[in-house]
Amino acid sequence: MAATSRALGILKRLLGLAGSLLGGLFTAGGAKAVDLPANRAEAMYHAYDGGGVQANGPALLVRKSLADKVSLSAQYYVDMVSNASIDVITTASPYKEKRTAYDLGLDYVVRDALIKVSTSSSKEPDYSVGGYAVDVSQEVFGGMTTVSMGYSRANDKVSKKNSPEFSDRVRHWQYRAGVSQILTPRWLMNLNFEAISDDGFLGSPYRVARVFGATVPERNPRTRTSRSVKLGAIGDIGERQAVHGEYRYYWDTWEIKAHTLEGGYSRYFGDDWLADGFVRFYSQDKALFYSDNATSETLYLSRNRQLGTYNTAGFGAKLTYTYKRVPGQYEVKLHGAYEYIRYTYKDFTDVRSNSLYGFNASVLQLYVSATF
Amino acid sequence: MNTLRLLPVIVVSGAALLAGCSSLKWPPEPWVKPYERERLADPVMNVQRDTLAARHSSHVREVREGARGAVVVQGGGCGCN
Repeated sequence: MAATSRALGILKRLLGLAGSLLGGLFTAGGAKAVDLPANRAEAMYHAYDGGGVQANGPALLVRKSLADKVSLSAQYYVDMVSNASIDVITTASPYKEKRTAYDLGLDYVVRDALIKVSTSSSKEPDYSVGGYAVDVSQEVFGGMTTVSMGYSRANDKVSKKNSPEFSDRVRHWQYRAGVSQILTPRWLMNLNFEAISDDGFLGSPYRVARVFGATVPERNPRTRTSRSVKLGAIGDIGERQAVHGEYRYYWDTWEIKAHTLEGGYSRYFGDDWLADGFVRFYSQDKALFYSDNATSETLYLSRNRQLGTYNTAGFGAKLTYTYKRVPGQYEVKLHGAYEYIRYTYKDFTDVRSNSLYGFNASVLQLYVSATF
Repeated sequence: MNTLRLLPVIVVSGAALLAGCSSLKWPPEPWVKPYERERLADPVMNVQRDTLAARHSSHVREVREGARGAVVVQGGGCGCN
């Protein structure tokens, strides 16, 4: 017991020392007009079930500021995947695997700018990812406009189970920019742009394509560049209610074009309950080299239904309950969210029934959050 | 070519949007004062207010959809601190 309290005392002193050092290091930053993100902790259980795939697991987040100069954050995220999707059961055997991801971030404020650097890594038996990101946002125009930009780099290592001779890699570059604009005391608008370039093995070593009904390994181009633009608005409509809407247009060098439309409504019930509801529609055109069953041999060929023509329609709801609130000190909230999604494929045949494929999915999130 | 033709329209629309309907002065001045931004700072005005939930939803979509990106600009804010 005494040893535990001694260890805690040492830990507190070390954190205090780290805070002082970082504080001293960044004092040159000058007076800050933008707040650091609030101290926060989240613990979540998440689950996805649809199309023969179940993925669930825990996720944790801790964010804490040191000496009011920097805010450090750490995330841990696990996906336990059980895969018996149509691709797997028609060409291979169902399998289970685990994906674990870690993220570390540091936020720093310089006057009206917030700078964030972060690093992330993710590992599963046949795929690993490592990357970093830098993001800067600056308030201008009396704090009514926030201009943001960011850059990410990531390197993936691709391998194949039971095939030690197969090894490849993927490199990613992401460039993003955005503007958030206060329109009125009740309305806010956002415009975001992101360009992503990939180079390397951009398919699955397990997936097969079909040519004249015969299966062949899929052949994807080794480069892809995409762009997406999103416009959104959110407004307070009185009586502690809010509505939001957004539209995203996406296009890439594989000739995929996609539209995403989302709308939602939120409202408080009393002081302790907050409810959110939303609907979301997504549709896309197929990639140039996608074919359900090709009738000619081409350089590139894929039967990845994610690159086909399809649409999704979904709706979701979230309920938040404030379990404990001590003003100025801390707040604990309990959350439950559910989303239903319908996937409808226009050019992907279920070879078992010879009809077009589609499936329903459910997404569940149960979590507790605390600000302190 | 079409983009070039639309450029003046985009510039004028953007300027009008930034200037706001209530302000016809140039250069425009911020017309929503910091003390008028209380409603904008309410959690109900941030759809992605919970980090892990937003990350999970985004992951579920990214691995099943062809489109990606512009989901959220990290570090972006509403200027209502």
